[in-house]
Amino acid sequence: MNIRKNIAVIGVLITFFCFYNFLIYTSKEKETPVKLSKKAIKGQKIWQDNNCWSCHQVYGLGGYLGPDLTNIYSTKDSNYIKAMLNSGIQSMPKFSFTEEDKEAIVAYLKTIDSTGYYPNYEAIIKPNGWVELKYKDEK
Amino acid sequence: MKNKTALTFLVFALVTLALGILFGLLASLQYIFPTFIKSVIPFSKMRPFHVTTVISWIILAATGSIYFYMVKEEKLSLFSFKLPKAHLLLFLATGVTIYFSFMLGYTEGREYLSFSPILTIPVLLGWILFGLNYFKTLRKSVKNWPVYYWMWGTGIVFMVYHLCEAHFWLIPSFKEHFVKDIAVQWKSYGSFVGSWNMLVYGISIYIMCKIKGDEKLARGKKAFFFYFLGLTNLMFGWAHHTYIIPMQPWIRYVAYGISMTEWIILAHIIYSWKQSLSIQKQEEYPIAYKFLVVADLWVFLNLILALVFSIPAINFFTHGTHITVAHSMGTTIGINTSILFASLFFIASKLKPDFTFKKIKQYVTLYNVSLLLFWVVLLMAGIKKSHWMYFTKNVLFSEMQESLFYVYIAFFSFGLLLVISILRIITPLFFVFIKNIYQNRVMIKDEEKQAVL
Ligand code: HEC
Ligand code: HEM
Repeated sequence: MNIRKNIAVIGVLITFFCFYNFLIYTSKEKETPVKLSKKAIKGQKIWQDNNCWSCHQVYGLGGYLGPDLTNIYSTKDSNYIKAMLNSGIQSMPKFSFTEEDKEAIVAYLKTIDSTGYYPNYEAIIKPNGWVELKYKDEK
Repeated sequence: MKNKTALTFLVFALVTLALGILFGLLASLQYIFPTFIKSVIPFSKMRPFHVTTVISWIILAATGSIYFYMVKEEKLSLFSFKLPKAHLLLFLATGVTIYFSFMLGYTEGREYLSFSPILTIPVLLGWILFGLNYFKTLRKSVKNWPVYYWMWGTGIVFMVYHLCEAHFWLIPSFKEHFVKDIAVQWKSYGSFVGSWNMLVYGISIYIMCKIKGDEKLARGKKAFFFYFLGLTNLMFGWAHHTYIIPMQPWIRYVAYGISMTEWIILAHIIYSWKQSLSIQKQEEYPIAYKFLVVADLWVFLNLILALVFSIPAINFFTHGTHITVAHSMGTTIGINTSILFASLFFIASKLKPDFTFKKIKQYVTLYNVSLLLFWVVLLMAGIKKSHWMYFTKNVLFSEMQESLFYVYIAFFSFGLLLVISILRIITPLFFVFIKNIYQNRVMIKDEEKQAVL
């Protein structure tokens, strides 16, 4: 194939790619997207430093040895979460976090919970293969 | 450069593969005995060890192969013969640092790149050196690039980009917006895989051409059509990871549309699969050819799986289960690893033409059979979990896990067989490469002596 033609095709693709990236990087899932507080950001750091993600999923993404925690905050509560961290369970190790650290993790999980549902039981499956998700705060 | 640097890449690739699959085995043990040795080999350490190590195998084996092909097969005079050495040193030093940091408990990163973000800097630098050398060399000495040169170049460039993108979470405006953050994170991982696929698929086209003795495969319109389709998927097709995240619907629509283009690839593979059965040239490189055929079969199986769960209505049920793991291990082992084995055996037969691979023939069969069973077991575990999520009520997570006890035993057992077959397959490769590196050193020393005399 002609080199010029190739470069032209790649150029077109890259232009689309830049435009597309720009849209994604600046997109908001809704008017006022859910923002992490300082405390929640600290929780996120603890989540990463301790590899909670290697056993747990959020929106089904992560490791699969433990359960998904997207909506754990609203299905259980903060005391339950803290108790789990104190005791460990099955393959989950015991963590010796300070009260402040535990609060931070809870704040992180609470923020995640406020972004949406997983599993999304009320989603509507369309005959053409599309899935209409149920969003949080949807009337 | 003699081929020492390229072969050293390959030797370390084999070491990481051996280590990586052992970590995988230890991780899978936790499914059977959750509390047994959790303080010694916690899953939270074994999983990142496993995943980071096997990804290193793919990267190192692809890089070493490409250097080897450029220098020894194509006889290109590299822009710099020192840069590959610097590249190698950077990767090795970073690799060792990553293990030490893991052991000391520094795992500040995320999923596939769980090491400290700072360690990404030398990795990036390594890729930039690779890219610099690659493009400078090719610009100088190759006029009309066959498709594999485009693919390798594309792989290198996008690898650099997506490695950066995978760290956008360090920027506050991403970190703070949870939904955008998680979407961009998984976008980058999808495209990261797409980037190494460019390297690996390029290698497969390269060896197919060499085995067939026919460059047409890499120059025709069709070859370029698939390259562009692959590139489009690399750029825009990541989002079947993220259908379920409450992002803006249009992002999800685009992903749906793009991933359906892969049907074209599937149709083509079936077509050429039939044709490729009659090729005679296979005897010269029996094992390399065999692994290419194996990879073809796995492309077929995994593509069906991936296409099926690219449909949102099906993804809805398979997402977040071991079906995803079946997809990721099915492709990284069945396709990437098989192609890289083909490449390494091809290189080995260049280094040692009289080498016989008869002894490992049964192990290639074992590799295939155990991988197939391994894959099926993962699908079964996934189906069970999906059923638990959507069609049962009041069954605890732990009860669901317990009901899978025998499935997990099968997972471990087939994993063990897979490990045995892989270790046996790579042993002769390891010795051929080591021996060649050593002989090279002796040769270079002799040359130096003669020069002094
Ligand atoms: C080695 C794997 C592992 C790691 C690491 C881990 N967990 Fe767990 N976790 C589990 C498992 C397994 C369960 C569920 C056990 C059961 O119900 O049988 C669990 C349960 C939980 C639960 C209760 C979920 C429910 O639905 O009842 C919470 C909350 C939790 N973990 C939070 C965390 C946090 C936060 C971290 C990181 C600081 C973490 N876990 C790290 C394996 C792990
Ligand atoms: C060449 C060989 C292998 C490659 C390339 C490979 C690759 C991978 C990848 C990419 C993942 C991440 C999956 C995801 O996030 O979806 C993974 C996970 C995993 N692999 Fe492997 N793997 C290999 C061999 C093995 C073997 C032999 C075992 C042993 C049983 C194993 C056990 C595991 C386990 C337990 C996980 C974690 C799954 C979970 O989170 O539940 N792997 N592997």
